Amino acid sequence: MSNAATPKGAAGLRAKDAKPSSAKGSGLAGWVDDRTGAAKPVSYLLKKVFPDHWSFMLGEIAMFSLIILLLTGTFLTFWFVPSAGQVIYNGSYVPLKGIAMSEAFKSTVDISFEVRGGLIIRQIHHWAALMFTVSITVHMFRVFFTGAFRKPREINWVIGTVLSLLAINEGFTGYSLPDDLLSGTGLRAAEGFMQSVPVVGSYLAYFVFGGAFPGEAIIPRLYTTHVLLLPALIVGLFTAHIVLVAVHKHTQYPGPGKTNDNVVGYPMMPVYMAKAGGFFFIVFGITTLMAALVTINPIWLYGPYNPSAVTAGAQPDWYMGFADGALRLFPGFFEFHVFGFTLSLNVFIPSLVVMPLLYGIAGAYPFIESWVTGDKREHHLLDRPRNAPARTGLGVMAISFYLILFFAAGNDLMAIKLGLSINDITRAFQILLIVVPPLAYWVTKRFCMSLQRHDRDLVLHGRETGRIVRTAEGAFFEVHQPLPEHQRWALVQHQSEKPLELTATVDANGVRRPGAFKERLRGKVSSFYFADSVDPVTPAELAAAHHDGSAHEAIEAPQEDAGQGWVGQLHGGAEERPETDAYAPHEHQHDHDHEVDPDSTTAR
Amino acid sequence: MNALAARRRHPAAILLLLLLGLVATGGLYSLLAPKPAQAATATADDVNAGKMLFLANCATCHGLHAEGSKDAPSLAGVGAAAVDFQVGTGRMPLAGPGVQAAASKKIMFTDAQIASLAAYVASLSPGPAIPDDQYTKGDGNIAHGNELFKVNCAMCHNFAGSGGALTRGKYAPSLRNVTGTHIYEAMVSGPQSMPVFNDANLSPTDKNDIISYLHELDKNKNPGGMNLGNLGPVSEGMFIWVFGLGLMIGAAVWLGAKAA
Repeated sequence: MSNAATPKGAAGLRAKDAKPSSAKGSGLAGWVDDRTGAAKPVSYLLKKVFPDHWSFMLGEIAMFSLIILLLTGTFLTFWFVPSAGQVIYNGSYVPLKGIAMSEAFKSTVDISFEVRGGLIIRQIHHWAALMFTVSITVHMFRVFFTGAFRKPREINWVIGTVLSLLAINEGFTGYSLPDDLLSGTGLRAAEGFMQSVPVVGSYLAYFVFGGAFPGEAIIPRLYTTHVLLLPALIVGLFTAHIVLVAVHKHTQYPGPGKTNDNVVGYPMMPVYMAKAGGFFFIVFGITTLMAALVTINPIWLYGPYNPSAVTAGAQPDWYMGFADGALRLFPGFFEFHVFGFTLSLNVFIPSLVVMPLLYGIAGAYPFIESWVTGDKREHHLLDRPRNAPARTGLGVMAISFYLILFFAAGNDLMAIKLGLSINDITRAFQILLIVVPPLAYWVTKRFCMSLQRHDRDLVLHGRETGRIVRTAEGAFFEVHQPLPEHQRWALVQHQSEKPLELTATVDANGVRRPGAFKERLRGKVSSFYFADSVDPVTPAELAAAHHDGSAHEAIEAPQEDAGQGWVGQLHGGAEERPETDAYAPHEHQHDHDHEVDPDSTTAR
Repeated sequence: MNALAARRRHPAAILLLLLLGLVATGGLYSLLAPKPAQAATATADDVNAGKMLFLANCATCHGLHAEGSKDAPSLAGVGAAAVDFQVGTGRMPLAGPGVQAAASKKIMFTDAQIASLAAYVASLSPGPAIPDDQYTKGDGNIAHGNELFKVNCAMCHNFAGSGGALTRGKYAPSLRNVTGTHIYEAMVSGPQSMPVFNDANLSPTDKNDIISYLHELDKNKNPGGMNLGNLGPVSEGMFIWVFGLGLMIGAAVWLGAKAA
């Protein structure tokens, strides 16, 4: 971060810009600018400053995967025939010769075996789709755990959630297109989900499939959805997503010189032009490498869809796995018979309720948290996950819930690969689904708080150097080295959070105040979040630890026996250290474990 | 020698020569001719040898007369095909109690012993015989076999014969690199949870077609690259999370750490 331009920021860079009026240009750029006025916005973009961190590139992986998908997808449309019309295969793949199949399947097999480069493009397309959804997911994790969804970015978080939901549905429509045995089974399952909707289920299924399953309508309809409707929505929302990132400016991790009002990093041109441009080729390269080396969706082995056939190990692509897992775990006794009608809640809830519910909670989270904290300020500095223990705990809890559903979708493969009973695995997952998430919350929160306390320790006592010093009296102590200021800053910069104070539930006349219940609830949730929060070291505490040993000791309990002359030198008190140093001989004489934060209600 | 030479025109000489020739031919044939491993050609000796083997190795569970017990089924009517499949793939003798007999690389008997055992069990009461070579060679119609496989077999054995899970720890085993004879015998004898596909369901030619398709899969052509075990989207998902994301994050960390 030693770029000379950095501290000035983007505004500083722009100050040197020539005024547009004087830029009446020569050359091609001038010609274009005279006609479009593009110079100003382009130069604004080129000078935009971005912070540097690997985790900020997770979203970039998704963006580049989307570009790869659009490019390879276009290629595939040149040969793919979205039709359920029956033809006889007579191509070069012997095990399918003479078999009747849909045109959709035949054209996919032809793309794989007859079209030059078709197979690798198909595999790049499919691997990129998996990478797209994977990178969206981990990008979402990063944004969540660093609190990047807080004001002013709530709308962008919601857009991102919708994008993620669209992406997995785009994936589903995509892998359903080839009309192979696996995708046909998936469509059959989807038809069952629709039919499980109470009252209108069978009408809904008939409406979507244009009659009885499978019919001839579904493949053309899926095709339009896959190549037109969903991509248009995704590209549109993605553009809004990116524009909002530019409007809000990028968040940054806390550090020296990084505030809520600046962005410390490098300008787009030339640094990110090179880095992001290079990263695009890396992402494309890795995807192509995977596609070249590893088969994905070998439709020629699945064979054409035949409603009377099904294959063992029929799973959806990974991003639909959690819904499949929910279906496998949900107990069957939720199927009811009412007035001669069957109410298949055992299918309806896991297949059609769980997904919108999970995404709804994710999308609503920023609003829930800001309601709980009452925090209406803008945040451009990211949280370190440990400094928001309750949020981090809730996030891990949600992930553990999702993961158990996800792994449950592979219960049959676990059974055969691990030599276990599929019934036992399913039962175990059902129990884990209830037991693990709260446990994950608790363990994560405790981990975060321990890490916070460790940070406090590090700030107050410095780094253990491992250098053991023996005094003239024969006592030993280890020299502790105070943290360099820029490292210490990262550990103390965050705000201390306190639960909201409960206000009186009755007014001056002893009458229940309106809204008191809501406030009480809010107070309860707030103390759930912050009751046992660990505060960052305050400047006063730091000063006490470093300069004014006696004042610091006054708050220590119990006091150590000062009679032993060497006690004060137990840690860090090497004689060669300067008087002002934290561990100079006059230093306080407490043990680590007796550290008490005077402001906190919780002592350790 | 003179006495022999003097009697060379004796009327009985021609008879004697004929007898000698027949004995020599028969003897040589029985010594040199390829011994057929077909239970159909079993002799009473084979059956007896098989009974000895049965009493020594199988009777503990299946009973002295193969009548079965609470630990093992009766073997009446299972036929030579079932014995050749179970013993020939190492499933029997059972290595240990479990939900299902597992194929084993270690075959406990020689081919001749298996043939004797099969002959003995086949002699108890009629059952499916060991199939004729012409239906197990795998020279049939691969595409037809593919179609039949998808409709009749894939729901348990997976689309590429990679195997699949059944209830309570039972499973449909992988069908990769299994001999045509054993595949055929499994279809006609229905071992463990497998249903029987008799000649009315699938004609011997159909069975040969299925064997042909499975042998085609065994050639492992993999036009798309590594097949990840042909297990479907689960192994693909594992690959993208571990290797795909791993590589991407590695590249991102490298780029992030790289100085401007």
